[in-house]
Amino acid sequence: MRARTLPLSRQRSGGGKPIARKALAIAAVVSLGTGLLAGCADDGGSDGDGSSSDSEGKTKITMGLFGTFGYEEAGLYAEYEKLNPDIKIEQTVVERNENYYPALLNHLTTNSGLMDVQAIEIANIAEVVGTQADKFVDMSKAEGVDKKNWLEWKWEQATTKDGQTVGLGTDVGPMAICYRKDLFEKAGLPTDRAEVGKLWAGDWNKFIETGEKYKKKAGDDTFFMDSPGGLLNAVLSSEKEKFYDASGEVIYKSNPAVKAAFDLTAEAAEKGLVQSQTQFQPAWDTTIANSKFATVACPPWMLGTIKAKSQPDAAGKWDVAVAPKSGNWGGSFLGVPKSGKNVEEAQKLVAWLTAPEQQAKLFKVQGSFPSTPGAYDSPEVTGAKNEMTGDSPIGEIFSEAAKQIPVQVIGPKDQIIQQGLTDNGVILVTKGKSAKEAWETATKTIDNNLDK
Amino acid sequence: MATRHDTAALPSKGGAAPGRPSKGSAPMDKDQRRRAKLSRRWQRDMRWSPYAFVSPFFLLFIAFGLFPLLYTGWASLHQVELTAPTDMSWVGLKNYTRIFDDEFFWNAAQNTLTIGIIATVPQLLIAMGIAHILNYKLRASTFYRVAMLAPYATSIASASLVFVLLFGYDYGMINWALDFVGIDPVDWQGEKWPSQFAVSSIIIWRWTGYNALIYLAAMQAIPQDLYESAALDGASRWKQFIHVTLPSLRPTILFTVVVSTIGASQVFGEPLLFDANKGASGGAEHQFQTLGLYLYEQGWVNQHLGRASAIAWTMFAILIVIGIINQLISRRLRASS
Repeated sequence: MRARTLPLSRQRSGGGKPIARKALAIAAVVSLGTGLLAGCADDGGSDGDGSSSDSEGKTKITMGLFGTFGYEEAGLYAEYEKLNPDIKIEQTVVERNENYYPALLNHLTTNSGLMDVQAIEIANIAEVVGTQADKFVDMSKAEGVDKKNWLEWKWEQATTKDGQTVGLGTDVGPMAICYRKDLFEKAGLPTDRAEVGKLWAGDWNKFIETGEKYKKKAGDDTFFMDSPGGLLNAVLSSEKEKFYDASGEVIYKSNPAVKAAFDLTAEAAEKGLVQSQTQFQPAWDTTIANSKFATVACPPWMLGTIKAKSQPDAAGKWDVAVAPKSGNWGGSFLGVPKSGKNVEEAQKLVAWLTAPEQQAKLFKVQGSFPSTPGAYDSPEVTGAKNEMTGDSPIGEIFSEAAKQIPVQVIGPKDQIIQQGLTDNGVILVTKGKSAKEAWETATKTIDNNLDK
Repeated sequence: MATRHDTAALPSKGGAAPGRPSKGSAPMDKDQRRRAKLSRRWQRDMRWSPYAFVSPFFLLFIAFGLFPLLYTGWASLHQVELTAPTDMSWVGLKNYTRIFDDEFFWNAAQNTLTIGIIATVPQLLIAMGIAHILNYKLRASTFYRVAMLAPYATSIASASLVFVLLFGYDYGMINWALDFVGIDPVDWQGEKWPSQFAVSSIIIWRWTGYNALIYLAAMQAIPQDLYESAALDGASRWKQFIHVTLPSLRPTILFTVVVSTIGASQVFGEPLLFDANKGASGGAEHQFQTLGLYLYEQGWVNQHLGRASAIAWTMFAILIVIGIINQLISRRLRASS
């Protein structure tokens, strides 16, 4: 509702010293005016006066992040500040990328309010590479950065056609399948992770077949998998091409791999193998707590989600098996905008934060899986264990998966397309619609959303 | 206003310089020059400072009201993407003409209308009833009045999140209660009418108390002797309500109808937060997507600023039409009374 403005019905009566009044008027106008201008100009920047050094003469580097990167929690800022006594790091964190990214775009297009370092989520990296690359420093030329350190596909994702790298990879999300050992045992399925992996090795159809076997024994008490969106995402992420082809054309409707993934998920939904849930929503959280499903597509960070939502007695009941085909789910990049105040220092910081040693440290604390294979042999990764999975060598399983991830073509609107296929598509099948109806609703929604 | 100040200032000017010197007289002495300067300043002050005093509102209005309005109009004639807001390409009225066969827009318009009706009508009726009850002498009446207003003071976000939990399919309290009396669980998210009812219930919950207080204030302004004479004529309480209370409340009812209509046409937060997918599509099949939500989806999720601007202006046009209809009805009501 709009505030109503009252009419200025009263007129000024005489009296008082005119000059003093005038001064007051000017002061009022000036202060209101500058307040207004300051309000427009000073968004995002943490210090309004534009200086980048604080009173002690240290250089302050500002980081714009979303979600939980965990640098502060892992003590990496403190460590860097110790190594470089004249640097001070300050981070601003927006909780959800959905809110962080539009603001980042606004700041990039207006070239104001940018931090020295800006994080970019994988869902947005193609759009940033395609439309905002000229606003970022080429990180491939930064001091101490070696392309060979990163997984090839991770590096490519943030690199333009003419070879400019807008951001350095932080973490990746090599996907495996997390499964409940106790539920598998009840359903008469093997529980050893190598044997479980063999059940569906190389083929998502076998995964569905296993689900049918599971359902025969387990009945209606529990579901084989957590959600249609999770399954669709897992299948799609193991494809080389999904929504865009190499030339940047949208091909999601004609790509047989997408239709196959959609139909496979719809089949699983029709057979009642997946819950009628959307991931990361409160109702889905509840199904974790109530142990309502046996498998979930599982990058390393998913174990953190499971841990956060589980009852204490679920600890150690999970294990991790290789997925039918390896794919990637999640991960981010750190870029340095050209208009930042400390471009040089920011580049050094980003190079340091994304170096294998630091990524390994971060994995230990935060569970963000390194995007630099050099870290996979470090004791932090090889010796990694998780409370939910007991003694399983999760570091080794995920390292192996990470190496097999295909170089996938990603596009600027991947998120909109995938969201359409999930939220306006396969979820409908779990609610009784046919696969054909769901596909039509999804494609109609997506086409309308993509149409400029 | 400024000219009136001007004329008001004139006598004081004359008063400040008694015995005005003629124009061609000998060099002015210092004092006179100072006085003239002062008086010029005084005049300028009188002329311009009123503008300065009202300027904050107008500056704010121009910056945050008028400019966005006009810029939105300009953008609606272009193809603009959020990734490059300055990079506009002229498309003329395409963004408007496409609305005519944009089924998502008309679906949203229809939802806005139905949610508006489901939300507004019961809301005003309940508010009237509550106000009537509160109008009697009650113990702790202040407490009830404050309690009535509490939902209004709650943020939409937190209220909607609680309602999402209440209307949950598997673990929601409402389905649990329905199960108790032997009714099958209702899919409050996925099905069209249940989901619209659920969204409307959030709006009803939030705004009923507010409207009740407005009615109550108006009721308390009705002269007591009207009721007394009605009672003397043997009118029952119900008759008194119909023949005394309602006619006296007519302008107030009209006001609440107008305000609720405007509010209903702008419904946004409730359906956005009610969506279990946290998307802006208003459910998997857009079953509770309102116009406000569709506008948001086009602009911020899909990043098509041009299309979103055209939707905004179309909504504006629709609102104006509704406003005119309202005006006509109210004029007729007034004439008939």
